[in-house]
Amino acid sequence: MKKILDIIPEQVKRLLIPVSILILSFILLRSFLIPPDFGKYGHYRASAVDEIAAKDIKYIGQEACEDCHDDVVAKKNMSYHRNVMCEVCHGPSAAHIEDPDGNKLSAPRERGYCPLCHEYIPARPTGFPQIVSESHNPMKACIACHDAHDPAPPEVPKECEACHAEIARTKAVSHHMEVSCTRCHETSEEHKVDPRNFRPSKPMTREFCGSCHAQKADASKELTRIDLATHGERYVCWQCHYPHLPESK
Amino acid sequence: MSCLSVSFPSLLAAKDNKNNSILDGSYDPQSHSWGMGIMIDKCIGCGRCANACKMENNVPQLPFYFRTWVERYIIYEGGEVVVDSPNGGVDGFKRRIHDKKILRSFFVPKLCNQCDKPPCVQVCPTGATFRTKDGVTLVDSKYCIGCEYCIQACPYGARFLDPQTRVTEKCTFCYHRIIKNMPPACVEVCPTQARVFGDRKAHASPLVRFMRMNKILVLKPYLNTEPAVFYAGLDMEVR
Repeated sequence: MKKILDIIPEQVKRLLIPVSILILSFILLRSFLIPPDFGKYGHYRASAVDEIAAKDIKYIGQEACEDCHDDVVAKKNMSYHRNVMCEVCHGPSAAHIEDPDGNKLSAPRERGYCPLCHEYIPARPTGFPQIVSESHNPMKACIACHDAHDPAPPEVPKECEACHAEIARTKAVSHHMEVSCTRCHETSEEHKVDPRNFRPSKPMTREFCGSCHAQKADASKELTRIDLATHGERYVCWQCHYPHLPESK
Repeated sequence: MSCLSVSFPSLLAAKDNKNNSILDGSYDPQSHSWGMGIMIDKCIGCGRCANACKMENNVPQLPFYFRTWVERYIIYEGGEVVVDSPNGGVDGFKRRIHDKKILRSFFVPKLCNQCDKPPCVQVCPTGATFRTKDGVTLVDSKYCIGCEYCIQACPYGARFLDPQTRVTEKCTFCYHRIIKNMPPACVEVCPTQARVFGDRKAHASPLVRFMRMNKILVLKPYLNTEPAVFYAGLDMEVR
């Protein structure tokens, strides 16, 4: 052992002292600066997960509303709004559950709120009930006619355009403006109250359009005429032409 | 380093959060892999998700700070594409005046894609952003130094620097809710069920059904980030 120590040059032995101090201070600093749970599950502080997990919940869910307001929830669950949770309109309710009297919830009563979902926008999916606010009973609050918990229309819509505004607007500026919707779409009365389960029909034969547009059809001479025998014989007319705007490509 | 086999045991702050399942050890991150499905055809662009997210997570109410937001795509005849997202959709969308004919138009809700291979985690110099065992990328706000590397690295623009705390913020899939078996706030309030949330590892979950019933796509698949947010009915123009 003494031999080995003698072999090591003096300068190396002296150098060892500051090097070991450096290493020791690094280990000390590291244990002081890095929290003990760092690296427990990965290259991060394990307790950060718990800090995030411990955040407060604000949206408590419809089941909590049902405990007290079971009548309203039951009514809503039978209506078109069955999939719209209470907190969509009434706001986050966790505080209200804790202290029902201290933290009252609000309900949107102004005309601007319902159009967030129901204003007509071309990007909205077809079939979703939409209105044009400027022409749909202007100045009247939505809740004056509609019960938000059971939003079926107060009276069955008389005109198709009440729901199919997009198609009605397109057709109104087309050559088919004079053709009524029901001329092509057989629509049962049930469609007005249960639109998805009672769908209107579509013309399924070429001869239907041909009743106006065939060469020998008994109709105004100004109409476009085609020869049903040679014109696109494999297809029903609306597979190529858009009947609500027939002049489009 | 990491002990893979144990579930989260009781850690700090156990005193004031007794009902918290992650703290009492009843929640096992190993057995979950969270994901979200989004049905483009169902989204009506009401923006209630973006609004609820801000409420639930105390996101700054100013514009440009979003954990989730809704974009509107308008594709005109001739191929011109216009994308807008006024205030992230929090105040809803207004009808635009068009001088051209619309070919197709739709809404796309966006959020952090909770990638299986997150580019943001790779670039973090302090270990402040990390991916948990249950597939959620989180930010340790005490460790984040606000260098914004991760904000630049995210190809989906899902991160932002909180103007008050000066640390990075992002969607956590509402981690504080999902560990208690509650859906994220955006999923909770979606009036048309355009958002579906669930466990990819589960035998049966709403997400598993969504992935079985739909043809699905992810955003920017060529980046190999392997997102956990799946879109049904995604258009080729969506970036």
